[in-house]
Amino acid sequence: MLNLGRVCLTLALLIALYGVGASLYGAHRGGPNWVDSGRRAVYAVAGVLTLAFVILEAAFLRSDFSFALVGSHSSTTTPAFYKATAVWSSQEGSLLLWVWLLAVWSSLVLFATRRRLREVAPYATAILLGFAAFFAALVVLLANPFGPADPAPAEGAGLQPLLRHPSMMVHPPMLYSGYTLFAIPFAFALGALMTRRLSPEWIVATRRFALAAWLFLSFGILLGARWSWSELGWGGYWAWDPVENASLMPWLTGTAFLHSAMIQEKRGMLKAWNVSLVLATGILAVLGTFLVRSGILESIHAFGASTLGKPFLAFIAVLVTGSTILVVTRLDDLRPEGSFESLLSRESVFLLNNLVLVSLCFVIFWGTFFPLISEAVTGQRASVGPPWFDRYTVPLAIALVFLSGVGPVIAWRRATPRNARRSFRLPLAAAATAALALALVRGVWREPLALLMFCAAAFVLAVVVQELWRGTHARRVASGESAPVALASLVSRNRRRYGGYVVHVGVAALFVGVAASSTFQHVRDVRLSPGQTARVGGYDVRYLRATSELSREKVTLGAALELRRDGRHVTTLMPSRGYYPSRDPTLGPAGRYFDGEATSEVGLRAGLRRDVWTAVEPDIDALRRMIDGIDRRFPLAAGDSATLMLGAIADRYEALPPPASFRLIVSPMVEWIWLGGLIAAAGGLIALWPAPRAARRRAGAAHPAHVRRELSRA
Amino acid sequence: MDPTRKRRLRLFVSLAAAVLLAGALIYTSLGAASDATTPSRLAAAASPDRSYRLTGKVVPGYRREGDELVFRVRDRIGSASVPVRYTGIVPDPFGAGREVIVTVRKRGAVFIGEKDSLVTKCPSKFSSQVPDHSS
Amino acid sequence: MEYVLSLIVLAAAVAVVASPLRRGRGTEPALEAELASLAAAKEAKYGEIRDAELDFQTGKLSDADYRAVDHALRAEAIELMRRLDAAREAAAGERPHA
Repeated sequence: MLNLGRVCLTLALLIALYGVGASLYGAHRGGPNWVDSGRRAVYAVAGVLTLAFVILEAAFLRSDFSFALVGSHSSTTTPAFYKATAVWSSQEGSLLLWVWLLAVWSSLVLFATRRRLREVAPYATAILLGFAAFFAALVVLLANPFGPADPAPAEGAGLQPLLRHPSMMVHPPMLYSGYTLFAIPFAFALGALMTRRLSPEWIVATRRFALAAWLFLSFGILLGARWSWSELGWGGYWAWDPVENASLMPWLTGTAFLHSAMIQEKRGMLKAWNVSLVLATGILAVLGTFLVRSGILESIHAFGASTLGKPFLAFIAVLVTGSTILVVTRLDDLRPEGSFESLLSRESVFLLNNLVLVSLCFVIFWGTFFPLISEAVTGQRASVGPPWFDRYTVPLAIALVFLSGVGPVIAWRRATPRNARRSFRLPLAAAATAALALALVRGVWREPLALLMFCAAAFVLAVVVQELWRGTHARRVASGESAPVALASLVSRNRRRYGGYVVHVGVAALFVGVAASSTFQHVRDVRLSPGQTARVGGYDVRYLRATSELSREKVTLGAALELRRDGRHVTTLMPSRGYYPSRDPTLGPAGRYFDGEATSEVGLRAGLRRDVWTAVEPDIDALRRMIDGIDRRFPLAAGDSATLMLGAIADRYEALPPPASFRLIVSPMVEWIWLGGLIAAAGGLIALWPAPRAARRRAGAAHPAHVRRELSRA
Repeated sequence: MDPTRKRRLRLFVSLAAAVLLAGALIYTSLGAASDATTPSRLAAAASPDRSYRLTGKVVPGYRREGDELVFRVRDRIGSASVPVRYTGIVPDPFGAGREVIVTVRKRGAVFIGEKDSLVTKCPSKFSSQVPDHSS
Repeated sequence: MEYVLSLIVLAAAVAVVASPLRRGRGTEPALEAELASLAAAKEAKYGEIRDAELDFQTGKLSDADYRAVDHALRAEAIELMRRLDAAREAAAGERPHA
């Protein structure tokens, strides 16, 4: 099936190139038939790539080692779930996933808009196919997943142990869906610029895709953070690593776009700003994809220098240059139709929110690319660390959360100052109460930034509750419905507004979790022998006994830790370290396990108030003599006899455990981060959900009659 | 104030704020940055009052002395190496031949690693092949 | 076997992509774009009117302010509907010639 796969990829590239030409020709001279053909080219690319993807998946699931990729990233002993997801653990497979997702989402949006946007759509099609052609070319020419293994090995190398986690497997498709979905408003914005059709039509048509992109990207980023916290032996969820930052930057500009797009839809303002934002988001998404595989920045995710760096850079350069030229030459068409009537308006608050988000993005961009900037300017590469990032992002984040509480209270166009003041009374009181209550908690008043964040979050929650209350009350007065029904129909009829409010609550909760867990964390690194106790964050952690386990894939050495608080038993945690065998033939049967890959299994007790996180590093040096002895005396042992010897090592470790190194972390409110994320996702889904058709029709019909009555009266 | 003047004033204020922010960023990043370096460069010239971001491969034969991890870092290509003493989190992929990044300061003949600054890059399965994992 | 499958895939792709080209040449009234953007603007205006009403109901606007905003918005909506009607008439007038 290798050849069929290769044919599919090449076909995808050719069809994409054809589609670019057909769409552009159709837009200029050829007429709607050529435009339709160009659109169908997108469907064809999606179909052909789906076939290619299925072929690759099938090969992985069958453990078909005639595919070189399967041999290098999977094995017969890999569990089925990881066989399926190992496809995108490789450069080639992940690129195929990227372009396949792009083709699928593009097909969806072009199908949905096939009868609308007739001037803009052909250009958008051409751009989306241009993207697809670039990635298809990369896959066909430089990183082909259908390379043969000749001769086919009997067993594969297996999946990188660090990636054997469900989160880690869902994380790439989520991220890539976010990136590729942002390509859609990007393409339509460029199309609108090219055709000078800069009414908000393109925003309305692609609005749902931008929101879906935001949802997927948020999920992807949070999954990565959660995986880092619960799986890696480091004990953190965010390190300001260049690759992490690369996914955050388009998220920030995308969030800004979702807000300012509303202003353009309603008032026809901020056209140049919107267009620039969405173009920046698309470019940052490609930049993020590039950073992971380029090796230009030192990162734990950077996978060495690859040959893909130069083509990607060229592609990004084309995107940046093209976008800039288009925006500058269309500035006349981007003039606003309305203007800011008052500083006290939702438009102004949205603009402020945009400025904060873009500033955040700029700070992160600067810090991430500083090594390259400093090298270009001074000849010496220098880098900045997390403390520098925190210094700027924390105050900006506090401002952002606070603003997300101000926006919902201010009316569109022009708010009445007296009403606004009155509306702020309750939320400000809530914030003040929170401040007073928290000041009583030990140590909180010593951390003003954390305290400010907590108050801002209380403010936001109070604002949203107040808004829901008032809205429900107004509906009940008008329709006499009961409270729950009124609330449901209020939200259902104004999904964007109230979905957005729910997102704000989720984001506030998330930042509360971040503030609490980063400011009030207790960390201890200790060496303990069995029977010894360490005290951390109000907990007594006692090393009960050593543990060991033997399986076909690995040797596991660990510890049983008893957790006690205030004298009472809380739980028993079992952190461990798994040692996977290396494929290096020069290592002995025992040594290959302890000189291969090792991964930590974290002992984690999650809770709403705090997480207790433990990791163990067994002292392998104490076992060295035994390991070396076995390697020397039985260098060719394999199969059952090797297992027997490893068992002996494991038993020895359990029976006579040397002191082990532990990292113990008590981190308050970490789970609020994930919960806040879920709430925000729910809010996003509410905003995304299409309004019931009947309501839309009714709303449309009622108004002309009403408005015409006004006309006759006036 | 007529609307055009208002618009210009807003533009001016936002540009000024942007310039201020950019200025603050530039100023503080220059001060807080640590120079990226390799073992051969570090061995040749290192000042004790700067912190350096050392990149290189771990030489086989590292050991633990109590809380400290004692290892040598060598150039990616070549054999020049420097000794590092490090306390703090040791990432899972750490091992001989792995590529690491650690922030160090010179103290006498040895380089002291900053706590928890050790980062190990995702390794490849075959030494001759370019690392392939991506996320 | 693979060769045959490849040919089938190629044929299918070509069929999908080329089918619109075999149709007769269609006509595309240029005014349709103008109609579409006016219709979108009208929808947006209705959205603004609804939002202003909700703003008033949730206490963000005083009586006087709401009435002023509502009046302005409805006037704008009427203007949009006038333009929309004019554009529709123009499109209908053009059709016999197309």
